[in-house]
Amino acid sequence: MITHPKPEELTEAVARWIEEIRPQLDLRNQFLARVAANALAAVTRELTVGDQAKAAAVQRLEPILGHGGTYEALVWELCEKLRAGEMDVETPGLLPALRANVLDQLAIDQPNYKHDRS
Amino acid sequence: MTVDVPAALTRLAVRLAGEGARVEGAQRLTGGASMETWAFAVVGPTGREELILRRRTAPFDPESSRSTSLAAEAALIRAVTACGAPAPPLVHLCDEADGLGEAHVTRRVVGETLGRKINSDPKFDAVRPALARQCGEVLAKIHATPPPAAAHLKSADAAVELARYEEVYRTSGAERPVLELALRYLRDRLPEPRPPVLVHGDFRNGNLIVDPQKGLAAVLDWEISHIGDPAEDLGWICANSWRFGRPDRPVGGFGDYADLLAGYAAAGGDPIPLERVRFWQALGSLRWGVMCLMMYSSWATGVAPSVERPMIGRRVSETEIDLINLLEAGL
Repeated sequence: MITHPKPEELTEAVARWIEEIRPQLDLRNQFLARVAANALAAVTRELTVGDQAKAAAVQRLEPILGHGGTYEALVWELCEKLRAGEMDVETPGLLPALRANVLDQLAIDQPNYKHDRS
Repeated sequence: MTVDVPAALTRLAVRLAGEGARVEGAQRLTGGASMETWAFAVVGPTGREELILRRRTAPFDPESSRSTSLAAEAALIRAVTACGAPAPPLVHLCDEADGLGEAHVTRRVVGETLGRKINSDPKFDAVRPALARQCGEVLAKIHATPPPAAAHLKSADAAVELARYEEVYRTSGAERPVLELALRYLRDRLPEPRPPVLVHGDFRNGNLIVDPQKGLAAVLDWEISHIGDPAEDLGWICANSWRFGRPDRPVGGFGDYADLLAGYAAAGGDPIPLERVRFWQALGSLRWGVMCLMMYSSWATGVAPSVERPMIGRRVSETEIDLINLLEAGL
């Protein structure tokens, strides 16, 4: 893929432009423009760290399922096993692995979301 | 069908306040994906009145498939206010002559609805400590209200709600391990049924009007009211999605479980154990996660072509971390 510009630089440039023109819009469109800029920021983060997060997720799921595979195949299999009740909250290592995967996804989707353990 | 709302409001002003009445400051407010909310003032011979118009914009929308009509919402507002629960007083239920489609007009209650402001603006420091208890008291009054027959409300307990969210999730085609895990976990822990009551259905920070002097001034958005488990309303406002940056304060990001439950019991509500509230809180996080998927789907199928909808799909991971936290801690 070419690097001048990289795709995440294009999304970033568009997001910045939206922020620039936002104050001139009516209230409804100011809100939608903020949503649009947030969407581009999420895409920028996914382009930047998405592959890394996916590889880490695969590494966490492999020991639980007992074999390797693509991210999509492992997630599909895990969903099947959870639906069938073959795995649940008692499955060793499952909750920590899911926590780590979700935190990586959240860092892409909504990095400012505040959550706790209570 | 596109409706020229400001023009229709001008005609409505004459109907409400008489010949010569005019509209000032008509403005569409943000938020609400299947409903439009407009703020406007009617200035007539007897003075100025600040009003709110709510109108349905999407003829078909999966999000609102279990909604009541705005006529039913009007009947509900009348019923709960008669029982002492604060809701914006109904001014007018629109009909065909108004040209606004399905809509109603209520008085505008002064106060703040933005959850983040209620939780962090110093203006609310004085009333914030009392809010959770006030929410409990108001919920007890709502739950004691005889359901109005005109509203034709549906019934749904925990088992019915869970089955509904599972169906919506399966239909979406998404593969989300945390949602699978939570569905199974909650199905294995369904609470014993208890006598069903009128529940608000969307009682959360964001649907409350908070006055900097009086605290809780009104409860908004009665469109998904139904007959169900009273703990549903107490659990929903505790879901972390509605704590707006304050996960340390379980009730709406402004208060504690104990105050909510104490207010509920003090106002005559049949006491509810915390673990039942926590069950509904977890079901609430699952519900919001599934609703986020549904809003993405409504964009993907072309039903709701707004930039807002697909981005809401990227909020599912918020509910997933909340569910992981709840599953690790136990209910």
